[in-house]
Amino acid sequence: MTQRTKLRSSFQEAVADIPDGSTIAFGGFAMPGTPFNLIKALMQQGAKRLTLVANTTGGAQQPRMPDIGMLVENGQVAKVICAFTAATRPTDVLPFTKYYESGEVEADLVPQGTLAERLRAAGAGIPAFYTPTAVGTELAEGRETRVIDGREYLLEYALKLDYAFIRARTADAAGNLRYHRSQRNFNPVMATAARTTIAEIDEPVLPLGAIDPDDVHTAGIYVHRMVQVPPEPDGIWPARRQEKRR
Amino acid sequence: MSATKGLTRQQMADRVAREFQDGWIVNLGVGIPTMCSNTDIGDRDITYHSENGVIGYGGVAPEGQEDLNLVNAGGQNVTLKPGAAVVHHADSFGVIRGGHIDATVMGAYQVSMTGDFANWKLKGQKGGGIGGAMDLAACAQRVFIILEHVTRDGLPRLVTTCDLPVTARGVVTLVATNYGLFEPAGTGFRLREIAPGLTVEEIRAATGGTLVVADGLKEIATT
Repeated sequence: MTQRTKLRSSFQEAVADIPDGSTIAFGGFAMPGTPFNLIKALMQQGAKRLTLVANTTGGAQQPRMPDIGMLVENGQVAKVICAFTAATRPTDVLPFTKYYESGEVEADLVPQGTLAERLRAAGAGIPAFYTPTAVGTELAEGRETRVIDGREYLLEYALKLDYAFIRARTADAAGNLRYHRSQRNFNPVMATAARTTIAEIDEPVLPLGAIDPDDVHTAGIYVHRMVQVPPEPDGIWPARRQEKRR
Repeated sequence: MSATKGLTRQQMADRVAREFQDGWIVNLGVGIPTMCSNTDIGDRDITYHSENGVIGYGGVAPEGQEDLNLVNAGGQNVTLKPGAAVVHHADSFGVIRGGHIDATVMGAYQVSMTGDFANWKLKGQKGGGIGGAMDLAACAQRVFIILEHVTRDGLPRLVTTCDLPVTARGVVTLVATNYGLFEPAGTGFRLREIAPGLTVEEIRAATGGTLVVADGLKEIATT
């Protein structure tokens, strides 16, 4: 397979073969690094009984951008693995919360650092690890802990993915990626944890050799499909957040 | 919020920020803790870490000059200070878990006398919002909490034992409320400094646990 085959002509084409029941992770922390265009394409594609992995289900901020809460509202989701099933501020409401509270959709609530490390571990061939996070909380009830050097740690397992949807600023034809500022967030670890990583790219894909090997953030071996994000209105880009009055 | 007694939100943040020592790496939670970065603490050099991997961010970007791919933990478009670095999420929590954060400042619903605190789940709620709070709480060198002294219904937030699900146990070393500055001391809350206009008796009546007044109790400086 030549490296040229990584570039797809549309988001629809890039997600066309995703089967029902897949486990898919979505990069992004607030707007930066969120694969808005792939989320929209997956809504149109319609795969069902999905397990989604992301920091949050989204939708608390305005303007509302494509978020995985929309996949839930679209009836495509069986379970979400995330660090928020509700917003930090009790006055903010996540659209996902009511689906979870009614039992329509399952969720595993995972501390954010544990979520990132479970993904990193999956990509690095580490089946499980111990962390001090969540010891003594209700998340640790009934689970395996171990005292190491006098401190108690909780056992956490690697989280393997079928697909990772990510977003980066720059790519070359080999799939080597560079992120801009906090666009990076979960994207590099999700790329390593997935069997198939699909990246949406802000800028036109560069020829081989155009990114210096020392400057690569995610090595192209982890990236399987790429789509260039078109300008608005065809492509979806991070927007200026509307601050709420408190 | 305007009807509350004692310190304003910014004054609570100011009091905590004055604890920061030169060279510290500090993580600020969303809400009032974010305001710590507005405090003038002279020439002390503080590096602010955000859980999304931004190390060394500065103030909020002026309108029209935002980089829409650069946010802090609260999703605000911030600026970078010279010398800043960006790492990915697993490395960012390696910074936290590895003990490289000198202090974290977070909001909370409740803090107990033994230094437990609760900030991710309300009573009767299914699930909640953990974010990075449990990692920071378990692993930062110091955990400082800022919260209103009482709930909107007038109930104490400083309590003998948290009746909400805790974020971590025995980690809080300093609490700033609009009424004063406190240390969870095991068998009670030690009142170190009192807000202007408050009396010890008022504070005692609004505190769920035992209140111990520190020798040489000072008034909180608010300028």
